[in-house]
Amino acid sequence: MKYLILKVKQLKNSKRKNKLSNNNKHIRKKLVIKSRTENLSSLRDFISENANVAGLSTDEIDDIILAVDEACTNIIKHAYKSMPDGEIVIEIDYNSKKFTIKLIDHGNSFDPQLVPLPDLKKYLKQRKVGGLGLYLMKSLMDDVQYISVPGKYNQVLLSKNLNN
Amino acid sequence: MAEFNTSVKEQGKISIVNLNGFLDAHTASTLENTFSSLVDNNKFNIVVNFKDLSYISSAGLGVFMAFIEKVRENGGDIKLSAMSEKVFNIFDLLGFPLLYEIFNTEGEAIKKFEEKK
Repeated sequence: MKYLILKVKQLKNSKRKNKLSNNNKHIRKKLVIKSRTENLSSLRDFISENANVAGLSTDEIDDIILAVDEACTNIIKHAYKSMPDGEIVIEIDYNSKKFTIKLIDHGNSFDPQLVPLPDLKKYLKQRKVGGLGLYLMKSLMDDVQYISVPGKYNQVLLSKNLNN
Repeated sequence: MAEFNTSVKEQGKISIVNLNGFLDAHTASTLENTFSSLVDNNKFNIVVNFKDLSYISSAGLGVFMAFIEKVRENGGDIKLSAMSEKVFNIFDLLGFPLLYEIFNTEGEAIKKFEEKK
């Protein structure tokens, strides 16, 4: 019974929160997945659905889906070193001007400064494979920011400005 | 889970690989296996048909990088064909047209191999 009352309260609160954010035209959505590449497709669906609701163009949606896929793939392979049970939290936050995706993990920290943007011609000649993801993310999004608190969490923030 | 599969058909000395679905970090190993098996069987004249590929991420692009050297060392090539505009744009963004020949149709890619003979 206590649990039920708590649930009802939570429901009321969350409805109130939704109403508030709708008034401010500020929408937030959240997804939590395990660090497995098999989850990339449901992550892409989550981004696609919400970007659609937000009214983004097909090209914008495609760019964002790929950038988020690359960010998440990097987390799975590098932060969690392909361990399957790490947690990745994905939060979408948007208003009429900006669509932002935040990815948070608790794996190994990552300093993007240590990954230079590749000289693509040279890079391809050397048949290097890694590092292309970060390059794609920076090319496809308007802003890419990393915050790393070693031993605690890493956060990557991907933003796209909306032109409407 | 993302759906991806490949199918291979032989046309003379040319192997044509059809890609179907979503090529990402999860499904890239399927394409790796396809290329490995071609290379192990000394099939180095490879045309890849992208007509039915809906999506590619850098993990998928990496597979082409991983095999191109071995294939060319053996006198062959991996020629790419029939990409959608969306998929081509990703290849283009990463400078792949400098390294790979990309054709509008599978037929043109096959013809290029045949001209070489």
